[in-house]
Amino acid sequence: MILTWTSAAPAVSAAFLSSLVEAVEALTIVLAVATVRGWRPAGLGALAGLATLALIVLALGPLLDRVPLHALQLAIGVLLLLFGMRWLRKAILRAAGVIPLHDEELAFATGTAALRDQARHNGARLDWLAGLASYKAMVLEGLEVVFVVIAVGAGHGLIVPASVGALAACALVAAVGFAVRRPLARVPENTLKFAVGVMLSSFGVFWTGEGLGVPWPGEDLAILGFAALFLIVAVAAVRLVRPPAVKDLP
Amino acid sequence: MKTLVNIFRELTGLFIDDGLFALAIGVVVVLAAIVAAIAPAVPIAAGVVLLVGCLGVLLYSR
Repeated sequence: MILTWTSAAPAVSAAFLSSLVEAVEALTIVLAVATVRGWRPAGLGALAGLATLALIVLALGPLLDRVPLHALQLAIGVLLLLFGMRWLRKAILRAAGVIPLHDEELAFATGTAALRDQARHNGARLDWLAGLASYKAMVLEGLEVVFVVIAVGAGHGLIVPASVGALAACALVAAVGFAVRRPLARVPENTLKFAVGVMLSSFGVFWTGEGLGVPWPGEDLAILGFAALFLIVAVAAVRLVRPPAVKDLP
Repeated sequence: MKTLVNIFRELTGLFIDDGLFALAIGVVVVLAAIVAAIAPAVPIAAGVVLLVGCLGVLLYSR
């Protein structure tokens, strides 16, 4: 039972936190579409996006059972390493001030400006274009959620708990977003990305190793050790890449 | 066609946005696989290469 919790808790929290970030980004675009063209194209585009995601999951889900376990672990592990370490590296660079923080207010303003610009040029076709923008946001951000759920859940039969974590995050963001009708700019996105990057990178090392036949000491508990190491190295990397302060310059 | 190319670009962008960084991760995985193949009696060695390699890539990527 303890082993189940130690493997389920990181999977559920990784799915929840990464879905929180993706849902916030999708919501910003859907809200931008709703602000410029109303809720009809925004809602229809979002619903069509959700339907596409459901079809992808239903089509690809059963195929996972047919892939040999070691090959599945290796493929998912490498993709998780690429995905998780990319997130973690970006979070490190943002925390160090090398690249600007992701700004949902700015993304919202850019999205609405682009849609208004399209309105001037496309007139009647805009509802289609606006719906398409909403659809695309939902599919692309949703694909990341689907990937994380499959990646952290597939190896040990944790798809259902990971899905529950992801759905809870999406429901939470949707409820808060539609209540306040504004982009959720106060979500500490970089901190979340930092945490999720650490977790996904840890899962990536674990699954890639499992795929290569590495007998990790402590089995699933090794993921927690990897997470601690990735966190220490990531914090050190923030200090290493932080540009010197202005006062330190000659 | 342009739409398909854009979709493909967006999908690969989920995993790769800096080619060198992705390549470094790939090299670490390949090295770990080579170690696993040449030293099957010490399977943990591949794990050490993988973990230390990934941490090193992260630490030295700018």
